[in-house]
Order: sequence, then C-alpha cells, then structure tokens
Amino acid sequence: MTPDELFQDRIDRGIKIEPKDYMPEGYRKTLIRQISQHAHSEVVGQLPEGNWITRAPSLRRKAILLAKVQDEAGHGLYLYSAAETLGVSREQMIADLHSGKAKYSSIFNYPTLTWADIGAIGWLVDGAAIINQIALCRCSYGPYARAMVRICKEESFHQRQGYEILLTLCRGTKEQKAMAQDALNRWWWPSLMMFGPHDSESTHSEQSTKWKIKIVSNDALRQKFVDQTVPQGEYLGLTFPDPKLRWNAARGHYDFGEIDWDEFKNVIQGNGPCNRDRLRARIAAHEQGAWVREAALAYAKKHEKRAAA
Amino acid sequence: MSLPEYLLRLGDNALILSQRLAEWCGHGPVLEEDIALTNVALDLLGQARLWLGYAGELTGRDEDQLAFLRDAGEFRNVLLVEQPNRDFAHTMARQFFFDVWHGLLLEKLSASKDERIGGIAAKALKEVAYHKHRATDWILRLGDGTGESHARMQQAADDLWMYTGELFEMDALEGEMHQAGVGCDLAALHEPWLNEVSRIFREATLEVPKQSWMQRGGKRGIHSEHLGYILAEMQFLQRAYPGAKW
Ligand SMILES: [Fe+2]
Ligand SMILES: [Fe+2]
Ligand SMILES: [Fe+2]
Repeated sequence: MTPDELFQDRIDRGIKIEPKDYMPEGYRKTLIRQISQHAHSEVVGQLPEGNWITRAPSLRRKAILLAKVQDEAGHGLYLYSAAETLGVSREQMIADLHSGKAKYSSIFNYPTLTWADIGAIGWLVDGAAIINQIALCRCSYGPYARAMVRICKEESFHQRQGYEILLTLCRGTKEQKAMAQDALNRWWWPSLMMFGPHDSESTHSEQSTKWKIKIVSNDALRQKFVDQTVPQGEYLGLTFPDPKLRWNAARGHYDFGEIDWDEFKNVIQGNGPCNRDRLRARIAAHEQGAWVREAALAYAKKHEKRAAA
Repeated sequence: MSLPEYLLRLGDNALILSQRLAEWCGHGPVLEEDIALTNVALDLLGQARLWLGYAGELTGRDEDQLAFLRDAGEFRNVLLVEQPNRDFAHTMARQFFFDVWHGLLLEKLSASKDERIGGIAAKALKEVAYHKHRATDWILRLGDGTGESHARMQQAADDLWMYTGELFEMDALEGEMHQAGVGCDLAALHEPWLNEVSRIFREATLEVPKQSWMQRGGKRGIHSEHLGYILAEMQFLQRAYPGAKW
C-alpha cells in the first residue's frame, strides 16, 4: 500500500491520526483551515456576548455570563493548540484572521441589541455549536477530537444558561416577552445558517467525509437542530419567524423554509452588520497589546540571561 | 446601623473593580490575559455578592437592589477602583496597589469578631493571594521589560498614586468597627503596604511616586466623574424596566 492508502486504511478502521503520523498535505491543510476557523470563532464570539457583561441585569447573570465568555476564550486556547500540532503557529493564524484570509463563524457578525440576545445566543448559537461539535468528537484527528470532547462538556452549561435567560423573560413582563420574541426573530435564520450550505452546494464535503473530518452532513445536522429546538421554543411560548415551519409526521421531522442564501453569502464575504466592527476590535486588541507582549518577552529574555550568568 | 455601611465599603470596592476588569473581556493583549482578567473579575464579583448579600440582609434589600438601584452618592468604594482601565499598565498598577492592600485587609478581617465577615474574608483571601501574585508579576515584567513598557508603567503608577491614600484613611466608621473588633486599623496597614510596594517597585526598576497629596471621598460617597458612567452602564436594564425580574 502507498502511504496515502495506508493512511486511509487507518481512518477506515477508526484509528485516530496523531500529530507525528503521516498525513496527506490536503488533510493537514483542511484541518488547519477548519480548526483555526473554529478557534477564531471562539475568540471573536467573545465580542457580541462581552457587549452585555457590563450591562447584565443582575449580579448572578453577570457572573454566569462572565464565566461563559471565559470558557469561550478557553476553547479558543485549546483549539489554537490543537491547530499548532499541525505545524502552524498561533501568530500565523491570528495574522490570517486579521488579514481576512481566515474566517470565523458568520453568526458573530450579527449584533447583540438587547439582553434577550444573550439568551438567544446561548440557546440557539451554543445549541447549534453543540450539535456540530458532538459530531466532531468522532473526527479522525486525535487532538481535534479530544479538544471537542473537552469543549462539549462545557457547552451544555452555555446552552442551559441561555435558555434560562429566555425562560425568565418569557415569564416576565410584556416588554420582556417582546424582547425575547424579537431576539428569536433576529437569531433564528442566522442560527440555521451556521450549518453551512446545502450538501449539494458544499465544496469540500466528499473528501472531508472520506477523511472523517466531516462526520455528518450539513443538512442532516441542521435538521437535527430544528427538530430539537422547535419544541423548546414552543415551550417558551415564542413563535418562529418561518411560516413554512411545521411538523411532518410522514418524515418524522419538522419541515422548514428556505434560508436566504444571498444574505448568507454576503455575510461571509464581509458585508454583515458587524464584520468590520468585530475585526476592527480584534485587530485593535492585538495592536494595542503589542507592547505588553514585547515587554513580557524582553523580561523573560533578561531573566533567562541573569539566571544563566 | 454602621455595620451595613461598613459592608458596603467592602462590597462596592469589589463590585466596581470587577466591573472595570470586565470591560477588558475580549480586548486583552493576549488570549491568556483575557482569561486571567476575567478570572479576577469573577472572583471579585463573587466577593461583592457575599458582602452585599450580608449588607442586604441587615437592611432588607437584596444584592441587586444594592448594586443596581443606588445612585453614585450612595456608593462607598474607594476612588482607586473606579479609575478607568486606560491601558494595560494602568489596569495592572491599579490592580497591584489594590491587591496588596486587599490582602493585608482581608488577613485582618479573617480574624474579625463578626464570624460572617471572618468567613468571607478567609475565603476571599485565598483568591486575592492569586490576584496579587499575578499583578506583581506584571509590575515586574512591564517595569523591567522594554523602554516603552517601563515608561508606561511608571506613568500609570504616577497617575494612580494619589488614589492610594484613601485606602488607609481612618474615619469614625472605621474607628468604630476597629474598636468593636469587627474591622481593623487601616492606618496600620500603610507601612506593610508601602514596604511591599517599594520592594516590588525596586525590583521592577520603577520609582515609588513622591506625590504626597491624596484624593479622598469615595468612602463617603464623593466620587470622581467616572463612577456616574460606570453606573449608567451597569444599572441600565434595572433602571429602564423597573421591577422586572431577570
Ligand atoms: Fe465554545
Ligand atoms: Fe464552539
Ligand atoms: Fe459556548
């Protein structure tokens, strides 16, 4: 067998690929793209939620949100480390994010306008992320699969806290319930977009499936998300902004309307409501932090020398 | 009714500093620092809730009524903690000055005759040991790092020095708490504080500021202009939707 055939054989037999193992260049590149994109999503994802930490409506909610956003930063760290095992540095990945070469989840290009948006993000965005990530726990690349297992453990708390925010709002005043409904109206479609294009349109799908980088198809994951989420929304007493959404007993699934793929493409291309702000904020943090990182490095060097002397 | 007032001083310090640190979330100089700053913010928020919870039990108000429904003149935090983040040097200088003092204070309070205060202080002391360790580390790295970091750190120390005097200010309330064995003699903390700060500054190649005129007033509710904006942001939802549960 050629190295590539041996590699495929290991994957077919369910053996994890580890950093020092042989891997085709395409496998390495695809993983670097996917893992770094995931890492960037965790980091950029701090911004829309961080937007409400200083305005959280109770000390308990503030503490929960702080802990949640801190978790997301931690996820970013594990994922950067997982990507680094493939031979790319964190600096390089960050440079690619800032230049626009690397992407992050488009969902974070939507604004958090009210407190209910923090509930909607936890319920829908973390909910969608969990569905994606549970599938990825079985991914063929060991460090990525293990990072996913660790991350999934924390994500269920994220979803619960979001749902609980909305539950409280829906049982609250008329204004609070309207706030919750408005958040669902704005976040529902972007959440469905998180699963990516239809399987028929997805460019790298076939090879990624063969390599077990992609485990379940976009449409199947999206359907799972809809089936799981709609009853939860009904329990809240909220209405989904999709007139075509209804239970299909024959299929045993919910039917739902078509995503606005024009909007989807535009947000990916940089034309979403917050793309520029998010990137600007990340670049500013990096540039304004440069002197701090340089100082830490200079200090470490000086003291290394002194310790050696 | 002096005990609730005393607890507000403790709780408001932790709450306002936590609020300031939370502003960094997502904007830190490096991801590890984002996490660490959030961690400190979370610890302080937890401490604030314990102090304010206790104050609330004595006065019939809950922690949220105290945090979100008092105006600036009713806040009892020291001026130091409400000072803006500005840059990472100002943030860490503020933290260092506060943490060294906070550690000394909590050590005393953990022996308070009020067991509830003693318990909260003992728990907080463990967290603050880590905060102080981290802040000290940054004073050293920035002070003895590059030319730029040294200049920024020195500037930050100079800018914030005038807010450190209030930490040691004894007034009637502090005196009463000290006499009752509930609080402590803040003036007596000044020497160990200055020793510690001087020792670390020397190692960091920084100069201890010579400025001796100190700003005060926070503990009596006379604040800097900054607190009003902190509260405008922090209290927005509670003010906009009176009586709503969140
Ligand atoms: Fe995450
Ligand atoms: Fe994630
Ligand atoms: Fe999450």
